[in-house]
Amino acid sequence: MKKLICATLAAAMALSLAACGSSDSTAAAGSTADSTTATAEGASTPIKLGGIGPTTGNNAQYGVAVQQGEELAVQEINEAAGYTVFELQFEDDESDAETALNAYNNLKDWGMQILLGTVTSTPSLTVGAEAANDNLFMLTPSASAEDVALTGDNIFQMCFTDPNQGKAAADYISEHQLGSQIGIIYDSSDAYSSGIYEAFVAEAEANGLTVVAQPSFTADNKSDLSTQVAQCQDAGADLVFLPIYYQEASQVLIAANRTGYAPTFFGCDGMDGILGVEGFDTSLADGLMMLCPFSAYGEDETTVTFVNNYKAAFNDEVPNQFAADAYDCVYAIYQCVQDGVITPDMTASEMCDALKGAFTTMTFSGTTGEGQTWDENGMISKEPKVYTIQDGAYVLAEGETA
Amino acid sequence: MQFLSYLISGISLGSVYALIALGYTMVYGIAKMLNFAHGDVIMIGSYLIFFTFGSFGWNPVLAILLSMAVCTVLGVVIEAVAYRPLREAPSLAVLITAIGVSYLLQQVAQLMWTSNAKSFPSVVAGLAPIQLFGGQLTISVETVVTILACLVIMAALTLFVNHTTPGHAMLAVSEDRGAAQLMGVNVNATISLTFAIGSALAAVAGALLCSTYPTLSPTTGAMPGIKAFVAAVFGGIGSIPGAFVGGILLGIIENLSKAYISTQLSDAIVFLVLIVVLVVKPTGLLGKKVNVKV
Amino acid sequence: MAFSRLKTMRKTTRSNIVTFGIVILFYLVVQLLSAGGLLSNSFEGQLIPICAYVVMAVSLNLTVGFLGELSLGHAGFMSVGAFAGVLVWTVAGKSLPVFAALPLAFLAGGVAAGLFGVIVGVPVLRLSGDYLAIVTLAFGEIIKNIINACYLGYDSTGLHFSLQDQSSMGLDPDGTVLINGAMGITRIQRVSNFTIGILLVLATVAVVLNLIRSRTGRAITAIRDNEIAAQSAGINLTRYKLTAFVVSAVFAGLAGVLYGLNFSSLTASRFDYNTSIQILVFVVLGGMGSVRGSIIAAALLTVLPEMLRGLNDYRMLIYAIVLIAMMIFNQSPQIAAWRKRLVEKVRTGLGKSKKTKEVA
Repeated sequence: MKKLICATLAAAMALSLAACGSSDSTAAAGSTADSTTATAEGASTPIKLGGIGPTTGNNAQYGVAVQQGEELAVQEINEAAGYTVFELQFEDDESDAETALNAYNNLKDWGMQILLGTVTSTPSLTVGAEAANDNLFMLTPSASAEDVALTGDNIFQMCFTDPNQGKAAADYISEHQLGSQIGIIYDSSDAYSSGIYEAFVAEAEANGLTVVAQPSFTADNKSDLSTQVAQCQDAGADLVFLPIYYQEASQVLIAANRTGYAPTFFGCDGMDGILGVEGFDTSLADGLMMLCPFSAYGEDETTVTFVNNYKAAFNDEVPNQFAADAYDCVYAIYQCVQDGVITPDMTASEMCDALKGAFTTMTFSGTTGEGQTWDENGMISKEPKVYTIQDGAYVLAEGETA
Repeated sequence: MQFLSYLISGISLGSVYALIALGYTMVYGIAKMLNFAHGDVIMIGSYLIFFTFGSFGWNPVLAILLSMAVCTVLGVVIEAVAYRPLREAPSLAVLITAIGVSYLLQQVAQLMWTSNAKSFPSVVAGLAPIQLFGGQLTISVETVVTILACLVIMAALTLFVNHTTPGHAMLAVSEDRGAAQLMGVNVNATISLTFAIGSALAAVAGALLCSTYPTLSPTTGAMPGIKAFVAAVFGGIGSIPGAFVGGILLGIIENLSKAYISTQLSDAIVFLVLIVVLVVKPTGLLGKKVNVKV
Repeated sequence: MAFSRLKTMRKTTRSNIVTFGIVILFYLVVQLLSAGGLLSNSFEGQLIPICAYVVMAVSLNLTVGFLGELSLGHAGFMSVGAFAGVLVWTVAGKSLPVFAALPLAFLAGGVAAGLFGVIVGVPVLRLSGDYLAIVTLAFGEIIKNIINACYLGYDSTGLHFSLQDQSSMGLDPDGTVLINGAMGITRIQRVSNFTIGILLVLATVAVVLNLIRSRTGRAITAIRDNEIAAQSAGINLTRYKLTAFVVSAVFAGLAGVLYGLNFSSLTASRFDYNTSIQILVFVVLGGMGSVRGSIIAAALLTVLPEMLRGLNDYRMLIYAIVLIAMMIFNQSPQIAAWRKRLVEKVRTGLGKSKKTKEVA
């Protein structure tokens, strides 16, 4: 037994020493970077952006989309400027608070000045509290729980909050009389989905809509969603609200198609990306409506450039709103750089103070909307638009203007 | 009628669990190890079918056969590299290694095929669903095919184990490995064969799992794998009919509790039933009672 | 005879001292480095999780290594402890001073987990082997599912509870939500620190080491080695099994409190079977029945994935390969024999060279 322990020790020690070597060197690199920023060089010193999101595990597809969006924006900006404006390091958090905090500390060692993350809400709450302590500016592309922005005055969101989406969806549905008997399928184990659900139900009742069925699923039992679809069907729902991500939504659409159930489906921004699911029969999504700030089929110049560059950079993948929000995050920071709000020689804390002031007063236009502003809580106001999917593309729904 | 339709979708889910559970129970019965990587072999097999059948448009049977062949090789290699060196070690050591292999397969899949979920085309898409009671009740082809596949595989396995020489060798190894070796059974070859069969079954299970529930990602195999493992224990691990009964029952319980009690607590209810069954009948529904001798 | 007994006693005492020494030395070194500003943020942030995982591993070792029963639901007890402790802390922390509220939180976490230990232990310990393992896994998942669906809050009219959604709690608009379903508990005032963590580790190690070297401990290991023989020797199986199981659960609960109070948010899905398995990996890799092994393995394997961050996309791939390689290297009888031969060869080689030197 003792031998075994010795061997474990020896093997582990050897490993940890090897790994120590590398982590020491990054730490050293971080501290030298700190000192260079402190000694205030010219514009050639890059601003260090940190990104955190799940790039492995269950939510990896969302984290990877954000990572790619941020990488693309940084690359474009650096090329256009002719010098390295931003340097980006993206760390994996497996969508878990503990790992996210580790990633955050790791980025701090590297010398991060601004954090563009985290992708999912639960890690955001923990990382946000820590960033508030450190007075480090945090702009999250997609962590949309209301609590995230309220954690600190240094935290801003690029996406609109879950309650806002739920409310806006309910208002739109009742205004346009899309349905009267509402079924809802949501993910009760997910903060995003249950956040929208709560707000939607409250607003739907206020608007006189009847919620006839509200089956949920959890991350553990979502392989079979046909029962939930059948429950909506049996309850006679003529509109099914889907505040869930596109992966599960594609399952719902297929299950409904198999039993010949065809109500109006209505989703939120998590639905964006459904046409990009490889192997998915997009004709099933015909008539699907969604409330979303971004459309990859938009014709304004910003969107077209973004979509084309993204496709060129990442294997012809069509970007979804995760990537678009992440892309906008980098450009929003760049706008502050161009306005002279922040300069590379500032410390993270100085940058944070400067950005806090700038974000609450500035107006930003990007791929996810024009004329976006932030309130003092860090929540964004943007005009959500309702799209309908027709023949594999997004078309603005009735009553919406481009 | 509503109840019937929930029951049928429960059976449909259960038949998928049963199919996966057969692979678990085979390996457990002979090698006495919980092969936690089984769910991930299923995932790899499904990806192969997705590309050959879905993207290149192969004949589904051909795609499944190829996937079976690749999974068989994969299973045998995993056994030889990761599990065989630990044959004499405590059983927990192999369990941990199996978990390591499970992580490894998921990571390899993510690196090779990205984490973007894929929508799996049904391998039996061409056939029309069965309508009963004038269209009030629909049974999808996937369900029928899965149950048929389950029954056929179960019968074939039982015949194979009871009526062929390698099958007898398997029985002997599962009964007493040491004694079997003394009687001239090649234990290593027998266990390899078990893994080969188990992994080939995984490919079939993958095809039907993803046809019924059409989302494929690197973590697709994990949760159904765990549930199928529970199903195998439920029915009495090591017993081939037990895996079938356990799987079907688990699917029915899960779906009925989703439909009538609470979707959020359906897993809790499934596990609670499992605990009650095991406390009343400690070796599962059809498991053999083993008397320990001093 | 007396001499040999003395010798073995000394050996265990010495071994105990080494175990405690490692923990205290680690604490001192970290404190020194931290005072000198030599610690990276990354490492400093991992100290408390390390302590929590060490406590988890040592306590699980009591069930797996000393009692010989495979438990796959240890994270469930951690979850119960974490939620109970953090709830008490959020409520009591507002009115009571820290030195009163904090012990209260730990007490609540330990007691709650202990209670669950009894509830789970009584039916579960009637089973054996893999059936026991699967039932503990089931319990862990049940706990996770229930807390995930649990909505708890209070207002002027009292406590409100629901297993459906937030609105069905019927909470006043000015009420406070304590547990918000899948979001769990948010805005926790972080209070754990490294010193509390190390104290908890020391307490756990002291209790576990004392327990296994007591009369109770001998009974527990006797059950592991041969249940039937132990029973015929008059050992009350249920009592001793339950003792080991509940003690193990209590410390898992305490570890949960330490862990929960280290983050601003706490969700039940963090404590799923993957976490249970992760703890089991620590125990098996450190050596079943070796407290010191558990401590070292838990600490190293917690840090390992963070050290591999430089590998980016290949991080978890390499982690998986390292895990498999370590298991085979450590546990395979053939490799163990080969290692032994190698060590002997080196030893005799060294001895020979020494001798030749002496001759020269």
